[in-house]
Amino acid sequence: MKTVIDRYIREEMFPHIWCPGCGNGIVLGAIIRAIDDLNWDRDKIVAVSGIGCSSRITGYVDFCTMNTVHGRALPFATGIKMANSDLKVIVIMGDGDCLAIGGNHFIHAARRNIDLTAIIINNMIYGMTGGQYSPLTPTTKFGSTAPYGNIDQSFDLCELAIAAGASYVARGTIFDPRQSTSLMKKALDKKGFSVVEIISDCPVSYGKMNKIKSPIDMLKWIKDITVSKKAWEGLSPDEKKEKYAIGEFLSKDRPDYTELYEEIIKKAQETGGNK
Amino acid sequence: MKQKKLLEVHQNNSVKISVRREWCKSCGICIEFCPKDVLVPDDQLKPIPENIDACIKCGLCELRCPDFAITVEGVEEKDE
Amino acid sequence: MNNLKKKKNIKLLQGNEACAEGALLAGVKFFAGYPITPSTEIAENMARKLPKIGGKFIQMEDEIASMAAVIGASIAGLKSLTATSGPGMCLKQENLGFAIFNEIPCVVVNAQRGGPSTGLPTKPSQGDMMQARWGTHGDHPVIALAPSTVNEILTLTIKAFNFSEKYRTPVILLLDEVIAHMREKVEMPAPEDIEVINRKKPTVPPEEYLPFKPDEDGVPPMANFGEGYPYHITGLAHSEKGLPISDSQQIDHFIRRIHDKIQKNIKDILIYEKYLLEDADTALIAYGSVARAAERTVKLAREKGLKVGLLKLITIWPFPDEIINKLAHKVNLIIVPEMNLGQIVLEVERASQGKCRVVPYGRVDGELINPIEILGKIQEQEEIKK
Repeated sequence: MKTVIDRYIREEMFPHIWCPGCGNGIVLGAIIRAIDDLNWDRDKIVAVSGIGCSSRITGYVDFCTMNTVHGRALPFATGIKMANSDLKVIVIMGDGDCLAIGGNHFIHAARRNIDLTAIIINNMIYGMTGGQYSPLTPTTKFGSTAPYGNIDQSFDLCELAIAAGASYVARGTIFDPRQSTSLMKKALDKKGFSVVEIISDCPVSYGKMNKIKSPIDMLKWIKDITVSKKAWEGLSPDEKKEKYAIGEFLSKDRPDYTELYEEIIKKAQETGGNK
Repeated sequence: MKQKKLLEVHQNNSVKISVRREWCKSCGICIEFCPKDVLVPDDQLKPIPENIDACIKCGLCELRCPDFAITVEGVEEKDE
Repeated sequence: MNNLKKKKNIKLLQGNEACAEGALLAGVKFFAGYPITPSTEIAENMARKLPKIGGKFIQMEDEIASMAAVIGASIAGLKSLTATSGPGMCLKQENLGFAIFNEIPCVVVNAQRGGPSTGLPTKPSQGDMMQARWGTHGDHPVIALAPSTVNEILTLTIKAFNFSEKYRTPVILLLDEVIAHMREKVEMPAPEDIEVINRKKPTVPPEEYLPFKPDEDGVPPMANFGEGYPYHITGLAHSEKGLPISDSQQIDHFIRRIHDKIQKNIKDILIYEKYLLEDADTALIAYGSVARAAERTVKLAREKGLKVGLLKLITIWPFPDEIINKLAHKVNLIIVPEMNLGQIVLEVERASQGKCRVVPYGRVDGELINPIEILGKIQEQEEIKK
């Protein structure tokens, strides 16, 4: 019998390239299950990624897929969505890809509220290149380029997305893939720019450098550093520093960019514009 | 040495657990987090559902498997 | 003759306007860009005109994003355009390489201004000729066209789209500040008189489709995203199926094939004009706005009894090696005036293979080269010969 996963993957590409215990595979499973639950027309699904371990995801699913260049997945996806708004466009990025080199594109996609779903796999490190610190590496943690501890303050991806204008913002974990799938489903279904951050692991880089020795320990660690949104609200500011809130933070309705552009087309055709 | 089949299927009258050995990377997540300790590691640290009768079909091993290497399916009971 | 001869539709257009008009005639439906002098008017024209025909315009957050959006829109099926100048062209390079490697049609306009760096935003240059060839990293083919009149901007913009669709590759249109901002008479072609080429679509069912398997012409048919052909596109070295590969033979084959598809069709791609070259012993080779001055120089030289002719290059890349080699066998001297310190002259030297003297004449002060200067260079060379 074929499983849900079997029906969506490019089997010839397996086993995948990710290390033992890497959360990317768990996230890929969650995405596939969310899409399957929504029962979308597969021919209308496009998945776009940037560069990094997580961005290899697009090679493994049998949609129209695109593994673009570092940091630019969102503008590629913007072009696709603008050209054909019937397409469901999912953008999968890592933390460095999305918020370092791609940070500018991220806030502008949110500002435009273009109808894309961004799924960011946050393993708090650059895995592919061997464990350099990223804009989501927590302060004091270690990376190969932060051998004395990271002095940067990390972004709160969800707060950033909300401030920049996204329509849907949520955070899940690889420890709870069921919840992640349900958050993704809501995000995928949301018109406008939707963001789901998934706290993930990188046992070989982040784990090794921060003394979390195995994939199992990393999952336990993720369980420890995350609390429900409700529990988070009751924490003191000091307690909050060490934890991540999990759940849905925002779901609002605002016209998406492609809808607004349809209005522009109407205006241009009816009135001829200002010139 | 005994050759192991690429897809191992273990079944009782309520559940079928399949392990795709060539895809499994022996991370141990399925074994560690199984709430009923159904799985035990073999010599390559890949899971064997030794206590399959304890399985409650929660599916967490399947959902958390980074390699799509383990699946849990319910078996419909047949009246004979 | 039919005395009901079609009335010519003549318009006075700015170069950048003509580019926008040409793009519309070629079927452009998407523009993504970022403001930059001296190309901004192309974006402004597109913003106004695209929605009128149901097309889409977007001003992106930067030049990199513009190039990415153009590629995305093309994959989703729309003929796409972006326009920029030197600093913006630098930023577009990585994505341009992605489009070349994945054989995604699009047109990129570079209205050249003085460089390097911010340079001379409002003054002309031809300093990006080699950037057009080698701007993105790695071995790659490229098509680049350089118009020298406003009318040519219109016709070559159409040509650029046609080449990009026909050969599944980005095409660079190299303007310079002079022709981008100059206003000239343009003969507007009737839509029925224009050849518009659209990308080949696959004729096989989705399960048999290989997005990078070429037909005999070296060009693979292209399925747009959303048309029922699921496939993968990646900047990694990829197989005919589009999936990442590490097999050296396959990689070699792929990279040579994307070069070959241009070389194989070079006769179709090369555009140039010869002016009074039949009896010439000295040839000028020029392109872009400098070709206008060079043409005038030829007239002035002829008045003085000098046998000078002009080869005007329109297709810059791929380079017309054979044509220049033949010319080098015929003339004693080739002078290459250009608004840089000698870029295309290097290619001319290479193609001439020592068969005649090749002399550069360059300016990099933001001033257009005038006919008298070029004439002076010819006379100076005559003196040297004596």
